[in-house]
Amino acid sequence: MIRDHFRVLVVDLESGRGGIEKVDGRDTVAGGSGLAAMLFEKHGLPDRPWDDPEQPLIFAIGPLTGYFPLMSKTVCAFKSPHHDQYAESHAGGRSALSLRFADYDGLVIRGKARRPSCLSIGSRHLDLSDVHFLWGMDLFKTGKMLRRMYKGAGHRSIWRIGPAGENLSAMACINVDTYRHFGRLGSGAVMGAKNLKGIVVLGDGSFPLPEGKAYPRLFADVHRKMTDTDMMEKYHNYGTTINMAVLNGIHALPIRNLQKTTDPAIEGISGETFARDTLLRNAACAGCPVGCIHLGFVRERFMGENRYLYRQVSYDHEPIFAMGAMLHVTNAFEVLALLDVVERAGLDVMSAGVALAWATEALEKDIVSTGETLVPLQFGDGKAYQEAVHHLGAASNEFYRILAQGTSKAARHYGGEDFACVLGQEMAGYATGEVFFVAQALGLRHSHLDTGGYSYDQKDKEPDVKAAVEFLIEDERARVLLTSMVSCLFARGVYAEEVLADCLSSVGYTALADATRTVSDHVQRLRWRVRFRTGYDPRAVSIPKRFLEVETWKGRIDPNYLGDLKTAYTEAILAMARHE
Amino acid sequence: MKILHAPRMERCIGCHACSLACARLVHKNLSWDTAGIRISSSGGLSTGFEARTCLACLPAPCAAACPTGAYSQRKGGGVVVKKNLCIRCGECARACPVDAIFLDETAEPFVCIHCGRCVPFCPHDCIELMERGAGGERREDRNVEEGAV
Repeated sequence: MIRDHFRVLVVDLESGRGGIEKVDGRDTVAGGSGLAAMLFEKHGLPDRPWDDPEQPLIFAIGPLTGYFPLMSKTVCAFKSPHHDQYAESHAGGRSALSLRFADYDGLVIRGKARRPSCLSIGSRHLDLSDVHFLWGMDLFKTGKMLRRMYKGAGHRSIWRIGPAGENLSAMACINVDTYRHFGRLGSGAVMGAKNLKGIVVLGDGSFPLPEGKAYPRLFADVHRKMTDTDMMEKYHNYGTTINMAVLNGIHALPIRNLQKTTDPAIEGISGETFARDTLLRNAACAGCPVGCIHLGFVRERFMGENRYLYRQVSYDHEPIFAMGAMLHVTNAFEVLALLDVVERAGLDVMSAGVALAWATEALEKDIVSTGETLVPLQFGDGKAYQEAVHHLGAASNEFYRILAQGTSKAARHYGGEDFACVLGQEMAGYATGEVFFVAQALGLRHSHLDTGGYSYDQKDKEPDVKAAVEFLIEDERARVLLTSMVSCLFARGVYAEEVLADCLSSVGYTALADATRTVSDHVQRLRWRVRFRTGYDPRAVSIPKRFLEVETWKGRIDPNYLGDLKTAYTEAILAMARHE
Repeated sequence: MKILHAPRMERCIGCHACSLACARLVHKNLSWDTAGIRISSSGGLSTGFEARTCLACLPAPCAAACPTGAYSQRKGGGVVVKKNLCIRCGECARACPVDAIFLDETAEPFVCIHCGRCVPFCPHDCIELMERGAGGERREDRNVEEGAV
């Protein structure tokens, strides 16, 4: 629905009741990332811990959600168990369109349910139900039960947590519609702390579209660019997994806890191998005709006499990096089997893989023993890692409880900080060089999606601190505009700023269309301000020694360039947070 | 008179582009409900998708059930709908054996008019407009690339 304000549903889990808030700011924060930060300013408690029952769990969509192709993502904002500061995580699936058709620009969940509960909302209902019988259940069983309990197959979105979220793991995700996730920085633990096992959003509303030909004509044009041209080919063909061979080829893939950056065995888990041997089919987020979700299969003989079961598992570059390259598991089916176990536990796959890679090296170096790890972890041993993932999700002993709070916390406790591959949070699957390392270490979400640092590293440029920092700041601003709409970042090649302005204008957001530059500047600074208010100090961020030992196609990491970049980017971030 | 078929739903990725196109272009709505074709997962995303759309019955039970003449038989199957004659009684939806008619909260009915405007928006050619008796449901092998088996 086109409106000059935000319509936000605020739910109190203690009472099981909610209310609609009319929130101004459409022309200053747009929606998505901007709306989420604004709602955290309003409802968040910067000085109280992340698991305080009154902390909000926020979901926000944008002005273009559902109106144009690939405007299909939802922004989730919360105080993170990872660093006890403001955090943002994004997911697709049917989440965004379901919120759109439920007619909420934002959803704010406060309080703690008295019993393990499921929240069900739509355009004409709000219900909090006791689901104590689902507590302890893995993500897939939980999904099956919720699908049976709530109506609306195909036009609803089901968000749920697994054991990791219930155990308040800082690497617990919120699973969205089986194959997508609010993955990073522990949003699943926030649901766990609220006694919230699931959220079901029914998209049961419809809205009139603007009169005239401008909107359908522009829609057709954008749709054609997304489907007919080769601009999106890399996403639906091999998908992001194409990066495995590319990065391996240029010595920029983190392998074996970042002990190396290339290995011939990576061919066994390349995008080409996955497509040839394991790909069952593709799937899409609602509102996206590209269909970048790749589903592979795991086939398992569970009994003699040829008794088999099979499971479908989604894969992408980052999960394969984390459970494959980082653990040196180089068989595609073994990686899929691991991804399946990670999904069941409800863990963020990237953090879990990096954490177990650290644990393996710590075991090799006798910093920890099998008394702690319970399993004799060994690079390449997929079966052992399956057990370890289960322990990590279940927080089986003190070691896994500490590790589940983050690799750097475990390394501080046991030792081995030098080889903890943490850049703000567990690293993403790029060992491209100084700019990416600094960008993830300092970035607002500590995500490879904050900025295109990994891409900047791959351009043949001489080290230039000023130019690199300017790139990071400007690229973040451009991405913040997209995540305020809320677009999938894969569409960034199509949604140039003038295209976004045309889209906004065609559905009636004319003031916003004229102000995209001002709005994105404002949202960029607003997000930093909110992060700082919750205690962020970029000067305190350190980059572990392991990253300085990396060798890429350019040679060894240049510690001086890395240090200078870090100082300069820190200053630039401080300046953004101070602004206004 | 051509009829909309959904012969290749095994290819569906669940993007809802068809429903959104119908709602946008035929009914001038932003919706995945008020559309002549609606996509649902059949028991979770891992089991694939199904399309709910008019099968172009001849005779059409929804037209027979309509008490005001808002629904009339379309030549070649399906119905012609005159919304100004509709009293929002919902009898058409109840009469449809395959749940192809959506009633919104005011009981306004939405059914496929076999215009085919959704077809170009499907990225995997799951749906097609074809002549009645052209083998609709048996054309699932169309467009399979050579060597892609």
